[in-house]
Amino acid sequence: MSADETTTTVPGAAGPLTEDHRRVLRDLSDVERRPGAPKPDAILTMDDVQRRFGGMTAVDVDHLEVQEGTITALIGPNGAGKTTLFNLVTGFDTPNSGRWSFQGRPLAGKGAAAVAKAGMVRTFQLTKALSRLTVLQNMLLASPANPGENLFLSWLPFTWKKHEAEATEKAMEILARFKLDTKAGDFAGSLSGGQRKLLEMARALMTDPTMVMLDEPMAGVNPALVQSLLGHIQALRDEGMTVLFVEHDMHAVRHISDWVVVMAEGRLVAEGPPETVMKDQAVVDAYLGAHHDTDLGDDSLLDPAILARLEAEEENR
Amino acid sequence: MDEILRIVTQTLAELIAPTTAAYAIAAIGLNLHFGYTGLLNMGQAGFMLLGAYGFGIATIAGAPFFVALLVALVAGTLFALILGLPTLQLRGDYLAIVTISAAEIIRWVGRSTWLQEWTGGASGLQGRDFKESFHALSPLPDGRTAIGPLEYINTGSDSWWTRIFAWGLVALILLLVWLITRSPWGRVLKGIREDEDAVRALGKNVYSYKMQALVLGGAIGALGGVVYALPLAIAPDAMGRTMTFFAWTVLLLGGAATVFGPVLGAMVFFAAYMLMRTGMRSLTSNTGLGDVITTTNVEQIGGMLVGVTLMLLVIFRPQGILGNKKELAFNVR
Repeated sequence: MSADETTTTVPGAAGPLTEDHRRVLRDLSDVERRPGAPKPDAILTMDDVQRRFGGMTAVDVDHLEVQEGTITALIGPNGAGKTTLFNLVTGFDTPNSGRWSFQGRPLAGKGAAAVAKAGMVRTFQLTKALSRLTVLQNMLLASPANPGENLFLSWLPFTWKKHEAEATEKAMEILARFKLDTKAGDFAGSLSGGQRKLLEMARALMTDPTMVMLDEPMAGVNPALVQSLLGHIQALRDEGMTVLFVEHDMHAVRHISDWVVVMAEGRLVAEGPPETVMKDQAVVDAYLGAHHDTDLGDDSLLDPAILARLEAEEENR
Repeated sequence: MDEILRIVTQTLAELIAPTTAAYAIAAIGLNLHFGYTGLLNMGQAGFMLLGAYGFGIATIAGAPFFVALLVALVAGTLFALILGLPTLQLRGDYLAIVTISAAEIIRWVGRSTWLQEWTGGASGLQGRDFKESFHALSPLPDGRTAIGPLEYINTGSDSWWTRIFAWGLVALILLLVWLITRSPWGRVLKGIREDEDAVRALGKNVYSYKMQALVLGGAIGALGGVVYALPLAIAPDAMGRTMTFFAWTVLLLGGAATVFGPVLGAMVFFAAYMLMRTGMRSLTSNTGLGDVITTTNVEQIGGMLVGVTLMLLVIFRPQGILGNKKELAFNVR
């Protein structure tokens, strides 16, 4: 990613389709609309991934492929196993069975650090900005292969000053793009919830990832920031990264994702482009309910009478 | 008036006492564990005792001074590895439990008759058996030197040479810790202290970093044990849980996660501790206070007050004298 690209990206603007994006959409248009459909360029492939907690099967995915260079949304009702699947793939949890490969290399059984080093970096549903480090320190911490992080070199500043200076420059560029550069010296704990989400995403970018896994990036974010967050996620794709994200906000999913994977009760129930998958009867039944077209941000929902009517309809359905 | 002068002199003497330096070193090690990495080591006295044993036994076996010092470092390192390998992948409280019991095991094994041939059992190792090589290193001439009100022999157990060596070692270790904690390595430790999953998600091997911190802090603790033994003897019962809690008080008083905190903490702690005890002793024998507290109870009351101080510190000023409250609320991993 060059400096030019980072400055010309305007967050929040959907903008015209880039050449790469058009190609991605073309590739996806031929993919079958069924769970576990094969993709032309899968960057992440999972097989028979199972995770049981006692008698409960949290994740039971037979096959899933994620197309390279896309924004893929992973949706499903609460308890569908989305975050568990995330934890498994990123090495934060161990499956009872299953295998998966990233860029053709098997990753199952690898620890979280190894997964991140392989180029798959994640963020967390409950943001893990390190609040007692400054914003800049958070960024620098993510810089890969820093010789100063080796104990035996750490006491010799001349061995790592150069890397540190380059990393600082890169960090400030990324922070500027996320409009956090003025906060560089503040403790991350002083940021607002939305800014922490931005910082976590910016920090993930410091590792030069090939795939970014975002666990509910919009959760708890001020609506004013949502637009800009969406813009940033699209920018990741436009720079060639693959994005897989878990999200509950259906507007966000519809707005930015190229492909949607739906989970319910640990299994995949549907796959497809956002426009069609949300009309899939299995999805509607499993998840969205009859009122998925109702804007959940609509003020009229605050009216108890309307709410009661909707609930009654839901029950009689 | 003489009485007051004596109390003040004794208090001043504690500021540069070798024991103060020993605790400062132990607290610097503990600072790497707890202050920077968030590891709860409740058995720093175990590291110190092992270091002292390693040094003493090696010297008695005929090792030169610096080889014996190396043996102490290796002993601390091995102890850290043994404790860390199974526990550092678990939650932080496991390490606390394992370290506190392991330190007790070291003490009980040391004072048992099983290894008496080497450890001297409950009575420990006599100072004269292991101090010769250390005293032989002294560049100071024979005789005594007085600086202000403080007067000690030049070379010997309670000597200027012991003080110079002890505080020289403190300075060296401080320099090392200052250098490594301001580096990117230190930044990773601070990240781990706050949230190890976040650091793991950025591709750092958290287990390895925690192990490095545990080993380094433990080895420094072992050096502290050597310094503690140099003016005294190696007595297992003097290096038990009380020692661990004193080291914690020193660290929290000075300020965890600060470079100079442990040193300042040790000085303030031991000066205050001495002032309190000599002061109380003087009051009990010269005033009506003696009717309430007998002279023999002064030690016990002193120990109790240390406990109260530790509690008050943790509650009201967890950042200690030098710490930054924003940076350090209690983070336990």
